Formats: sequence, C-alpha cells, structure tokens
Amino acid sequence: MKKNHFGNRAFLALIFLFLYAPIFVLIVFSFNATKSRTVWGGFSLQWYGRLFQDSAILSALQTTLLVSVLASLIAMLAGTAAAIGFAAMKRRSRHMLMSINNIPLTNADIVTGVSLSLLFMLAFAVFSTAQSWVNATFGTSLSFHWDKGFGTMLIAHVTFDIPYVILSVMPRLRQLDPHIYEAAQDLGARGFYAFRKVILPDLMPGIVNGVIIAFTMSVDDFVISYFTAGNKVSTLAMEVYSMARRRISPEINAISTLLFVSVLALLVIVNLRQARQDSAARHQKATLTPKQ
Amino acid sequence: MKNKGLAVPYVIWMAIFVVVPLILVVIYAFHDGTRFTPDNFRVMGTYAAVFGRSFLLAAIATLICILVGYPVAWFLAREGPGMRRIATILIMLPMWMNFLLRTYSWMSILENTGLLNTLFQKIGLITLVNSIFGTNFTYFPMINTQGAIVLGMVYNYLPFMILPIFTVIEKIDPQLIEAAQDLGANSAVVFHKLIFPLSVPGILSGITMVFVPSVATFAISRLLGGGMVTLLGDLIETQFLGGAYNPYLGSAISLVMMVIVLVCMAVMNRFGEGEEEAMLL
Repeated sequence: MKKNHFGNRAFLALIFLFLYAPIFVLIVFSFNATKSRTVWGGFSLQWYGRLFQDSAILSALQTTLLVSVLASLIAMLAGTAAAIGFAAMKRRSRHMLMSINNIPLTNADIVTGVSLSLLFMLAFAVFSTAQSWVNATFGTSLSFHWDKGFGTMLIAHVTFDIPYVILSVMPRLRQLDPHIYEAAQDLGARGFYAFRKVILPDLMPGIVNGVIIAFTMSVDDFVISYFTAGNKVSTLAMEVYSMARRRISPEINAISTLLFVSVLALLVIVNLRQARQDSAARHQKATLTPKQ
Repeated sequence: MKNKGLAVPYVIWMAIFVVVPLILVVIYAFHDGTRFTPDNFRVMGTYAAVFGRSFLLAAIATLICILVGYPVAWFLAREGPGMRRIATILIMLPMWMNFLLRTYSWMSILENTGLLNTLFQKIGLITLVNSIFGTNFTYFPMINTQGAIVLGMVYNYLPFMILPIFTVIEKIDPQLIEAAQDLGANSAVVFHKLIFPLSVPGILSGITMVFVPSVATFAISRLLGGGMVTLLGDLIETQFLGGAYNPYLGSAISLVMMVIVLVCMAVMNRFGEGEEEAMLL
C-alpha cells in the first residue's frame, strides 16, 4: 500500500486534535486559579489540594475504581470459563448462546440499565412481600431492607463486562490445536495442570485484552450505573452529572487529570516494555539465523 | 478440553440478568400497574416528534462518523506498524476519561462566552462575519443547539466507527492488492473494487456501534442541548428516575425504540453480513 501524503497526515492530526481538545481543555483548567471553566486566571494547584479534602469526590473515585476492578476481575474468570464451555458446544447451541451474549453489547445502554432496574425493583418488591408474609405467619420481626446500591451496580457491570471477555477469548480458543491438550494428557498432565500449562498461555493475550476492554467500559460507563446504583452510592460520572446542572467544581478536572495521567503512564510503560521485548526477540532471531 | 459445564454459571447469569430483564420490559410495556393494556402505545403518537428527532440526529451523526471515520481508518492502515499501534492506543485513550467529563468539557468550548467564541472574537472572525452578512452577532450560538448534540454524538462515538473499519482494512492481505496492481488496476480501482468491498463488514459494525448509542443518548442532549432538545433517552430517563415517574410508559417507549432499531439493523445487515467480532480490537 502507498504511504500517506502530507495532506492525509494533516487530516489525521486534525482528527486527533478533535478527539483530544476537550481533554486538553479539562487538564489545563484543572490548574486554573479561579473557578471559571472558560477564563484563565493564572496557575494554581488549589483544586488538587482541595480534592483530597472532598469526601464526596474521593468516595466517588473509590466506588468507580472498586466497581470497575471487581467487575472486570469477575468478568475475567466467568468469561473465560464461559468461552471454554461455549467452544465445547455444538454449533447451534453455541450460536444461540452467543447471540444472547451479544445482547448487552448491541442494546442501547439505557435499555440495559432500565431493564435491570426493573428486575431489581421487582426482586426487592417480591423480597419485601415474602418478608412480611414470614413475619405475619411466624410472628417474627425481620426487617431487612434491600435497595439499589453498590451490589446491584456491580451485578450490572459484570453483566455488560463478561461479553467483552468472551468475544476476545473466543477467537483464541478457535485457533487452539485440540490435540495439544490431548498430547499433554497423554504425557501425564492431569486436567487442570494441563489446562494451566498448555491452554492458558495460549489464551492469555485474549484474556488480558478482554479484561482491559471490560475495565475501560466500566470506567467509561455512566448510563447503566445511573439506573442501577440507586441514590446512595455514586460513581465519578454520576457525581459529574449531578453537578452539571449547577456548576462542576474544578476538583473534578483535577481528579480526572490525575486518573488520565496515571493511565497514560501505565500505557507508556507497558508499551515500552513490549517494544523492548519485541526488539530483543528480533535481535535474538537475527543472531540465530546463519549469515549468508 | 471438552467441558461444556464451565458455561453453566454464565448461562444461568444471562438468563437472570439479560433475558428476564428484557422480558420484564415487554411485560411492563403492556401493563399500567393494575392490568394488561395496550394504552401505553396509544399515547406513543404524542412522542412522534421526539422519535423523529432522535432518529434523525443519530442518522446525521452516524453519517458524519462514516465520512470522517473511514478516511481516518484508511490512512491509519497505511502507516507503519509502530505508528498503527500508537494510533490505536490514542483512539482508545480518551475513553479512560469518562465520556460525561469529556462532553462537559465541550460545554466550556462551545458556550456563548466559551473558548471558541473568545477565540473567534480575538481573531476578528465575528466582526468579519457581521460586516459581510450585515448580522449583529456578539457570539456564535453553538451550545444548546441540535448541532451541538450531533457534535457530542460524533465526538463520543467516532472511535467506535474508526476501530472496526481499521481492523478489517488492516487484515486485508497486501498480496491481494499487489495482485490487483499487477493486473493493471490503478489505486482508484484498487480502492473501489477491492478495499471498499472488503471493508463493508467493518462499516456495518461501526454503524451499529454509533447509531444505537446515539439514538438512545440522554446525557449528551442534557449537557450540550441544555435540556432544550428532548431526545428518546431523555424521555425514557424521566419515566424512570425523573419527575414523570411511569416505568410502564418508559418500558413501552424503550420497546418501540428497540424494535425500530432492530428493524433498521436487520435491513442494513441484508446488504452485507455484519460480523460482531470485527468490533473488537
């Protein structure tokens, strides 16, 4: 394929400018001395200082990270197991289950959120009816009160995270040579040991990719959390949404800048390591190939 | 390694948290709290304007995403492997800053006294426009318009158009292109006869991934439309969490929206086989 002209490169640069302009604005105004989000009033770190005294934002950050980490880890385990199970099925049932698996991905977020919130509301109603029935019949005085909260939000996140893991593990499973596992067993490796030593290393890139996508989606989610979290817990996004009607405190800019910079740093480190490994591998290969 | 049993927990999970909730939406849509009735659909006519507006704005946003996203994917695919890798990361990276924050940031850019208007004023663009067209702008009204909402949709969902198209173009065998060139095809013919047809599955999954969330958005319209422009998402949201609490009507609106979207997608997919896996990196 032909390489790009200057014009094409300029177009790409323009699009990246478009994608990053709001992020740039957000970061710049996190250092603003005044509260304004459009007028620059000098450099200051005050919003970063205040951030660590703002318990609402800190707890929203904690909720966001906790729900994203837990949901993507659960999705990693459940999704990998499910993908292995699906791969063992007959074509027809696998096809059907994969279509159901894709529903949360293709459905609008708001429908997923609304439908789950209906389920939770109904479940709580059934639970409280059952409880009053038990109280009335057995003369007990149980007064558990269930409501939407962290638990329901976590369930929702797990539900939309698992499909991403499955979709990225599935292609890896299909590339596997089925005989390798049998060979390992013939050589005396028992079930799980053979799986861990032979299958898992091949699946690993798919699993890691899936977890990263799942985590990203959890961090980026607002709509589904908004419908399933109730009003006792809130994520950063929900905090932003409720503030947006009044005025968003620049502390939010500060915390997002911190998050963004940490992710950026993490990505740079991972990619540098990868690049170094790649070039080391290439180097090794070059020395192994006999010179002609 | 034939172990179907490993899928059982997830199959049960899907049944409870994917299938049952959708069935509930259908049941609620045909219910009014006391009995089954199609009443919810009778009042749907009052919302025809909202439906029309949502689908129109989403279609415009999707079209812009194709027109912009396709060249981006195509140019990126022609870069070297190092550059391609960095570019893919750069496209994903904004998602680590929650989309609401980025949308909120557009408010600062587009406001009447915002960054763009300040810039236009400084470089004299506003005065220029006023003198040419005899208008009397002190600022360009950009925020709280339908245009701003479309911009928000394009901004938020453009990566979902670029990535699937990029993935399919990247997978095209370079030898195929060389073969075409050997047979005398110039680059326009190569693109028209080879690359574009092969990238259709990417475009189709891109369309789904941009159109569906655009139709159903409510946060973007709330922030960039300033609550002046009601979209389907806003309508549904107010039925569940807002003042007009009526989950039955909300379910009915969601159901109608889902059905229209499904029909659109089915029609579209008749023109080519959409492959869900293309959407993953």
